[in-house]
Amino acid sequence: MGKVVEIRWHGRGGQGAKTASLLLADAAFNTGKYIQGFPEYGPERMGAPITAYNRISDERLTIHSNIYEPDYVVVVDDTLLTSVDVTAGLKESGAIIVNTSKSPEEIRPLLKGYKGKVCTIDAKTISIETLGKYFPNTPMLGAVVKVSGVMDEKKFLEDMVGSFKHKFASKPEVIEGNIKALERSLQEVKGL
Amino acid sequence: MAIRERLSGNEATAIAMKQINPDVVAAFPITPSTEVPQYFASFVADGSVDTEFVAVESEHSAMSACIGAQAAGGRAMTATSANGLALMWELLYIAASSRLPIVMATINRALSGPINIHNDHSDAMGARDSGWIQLYSETNQEAYDNMLMAHRIAEHPDVMLPLMVCQDGFITSHAIENIDLLEDDKVKAFVGEYNPEHYLLNKENPIAVGPLDLQPYYFEHKKQQAEAMKNAKKVILDVSEEFYKLTGRKYGLFEEYKTDDADAVIVLINSTAGTAKYVADQYRAQGKKVGVIKIRVYRPFPVDEIAQALSKFKAVAVLDKADSFNAAGGPLFTDITSALYAKGIFGPKVINYIYGLGGRDVRTNDIEVVYNKLLEIAETGKLDSVYNYLGVRE
Repeated sequence: MGKVVEIRWHGRGGQGAKTASLLLADAAFNTGKYIQGFPEYGPERMGAPITAYNRISDERLTIHSNIYEPDYVVVVDDTLLTSVDVTAGLKESGAIIVNTSKSPEEIRPLLKGYKGKVCTIDAKTISIETLGKYFPNTPMLGAVVKVSGVMDEKKFLEDMVGSFKHKFASKPEVIEGNIKALERSLQEVKGL
Repeated sequence: MAIRERLSGNEATAIAMKQINPDVVAAFPITPSTEVPQYFASFVADGSVDTEFVAVESEHSAMSACIGAQAAGGRAMTATSANGLALMWELLYIAASSRLPIVMATINRALSGPINIHNDHSDAMGARDSGWIQLYSETNQEAYDNMLMAHRIAEHPDVMLPLMVCQDGFITSHAIENIDLLEDDKVKAFVGEYNPEHYLLNKENPIAVGPLDLQPYYFEHKKQQAEAMKNAKKVILDVSEEFYKLTGRKYGLFEEYKTDDADAVIVLINSTAGTAKYVADQYRAQGKKVGVIKIRVYRPFPVDEIAQALSKFKAVAVLDKADSFNAAGGPLFTDITSALYAKGIFGPKVINYIYGLGGRDVRTNDIEVVYNKLLEIAETGKLDSVYNYLGVRE
């Protein structure tokens, strides 16, 4: 049966939260799902808070509105925790996934009494160690797949290897780093 | 076999244009339609189309260039939104009255002011009397399919009118969703070649385009234009039937969703129809007899068919994503109530909601408000307010 998984992304303009949501849509599409990936456009400025959304389902999606009661929330920048109500409407049966070097126990007090699962991933360290630069997208994507279980991990990994090879055909040096970043993120999520 | 893909509405539109491979595309960028000419320009640059791309300095020039190219005998296309469409205004009328079947992607956005980049239908609704055929699209798939059918409709000898394919800015234009594409060769065969009977570059049979047309013939020409718009309805249905045979995707003048035994029905246009269908499913599961009618063809307006379809319901809400500022209701409401009156149908109680202006998100609970009101009207037969704003803060 087609349970719809709804995901809301919080990031800052320029960090790639929108791109990450589109990558997740792509990955889910490649495993045969119906998907939606869409950003909430505003007056976009580097560093300003932005929101993006995903719906993932086994059945065709018809709804066209933003997501107010997500199953999962992904926070790409932990400085947003004090300025944006990231857990608004978040289902307690779901989880929040925060990019931070801190532990879930350290993050929970910032979440206004959210009782559901709190997961953290140190996307910065993973990114710098595998890619040599701070690109949080790939590790965040791995963390979302891990926590949400929205698609088969093995299938996801295989598919991503294929799309990295395609996407970075002209930059083969980053293919290996991205694959490593994904593999590590699938293992290093805390709070599961 | 269809090609399973995931694309935004703008990507889908640009790919349809690539498969159509028109002679000329002239465009000026404006959010949220910018990506359409942007993607298309990349197809021109990499040689996957042989279109002449004209990067003009305004939308007024974009439509002027399309008029010139189409009058010369070519196939011309463009894309725009909101104030870009407004800047084309005088040329829209000239394209239609010159009987030039130009095809345009209109990515619906609120017309300034106040300035706003988000979706409503105030741009295209303002152009409803310009003489263009208007097809509306709920999804990226419908935007793509409508575009593939556009030239067959517009260029039909009984029609010869320009046509705009509308979709909701950002909501579908910038959202990635699943889509089934047709193979290039199938599109090519379906769309066919453009062979106008009269065109400027035909030196064997010279003509004038756009000359002064005063009392002796202007009136007759306008009547012919009106007849062409009437003819368009049958052509749209014929082309849609042929498209159905090709793809299995069925399109009519409007879509009726769960309306068979419905008491309460919402009539609306574009992406919010999907949200309404979602709510209708939930209400149906609770045994509430509700349905959705989604207008695909707004110009020509399907007067007879829509009046007939609505005649069996107890309560109908027409949702307009634009206001007419006539102090009485939005454009779709006005057209629908006049269709009912003209056909002598007085059974259904009809109310109007203006909704989602300037991109205000339309949520499932907004649709629930409308259905709850309609079910109350259906039960009591009492109608307290006809012209309403949905979910506005007061």
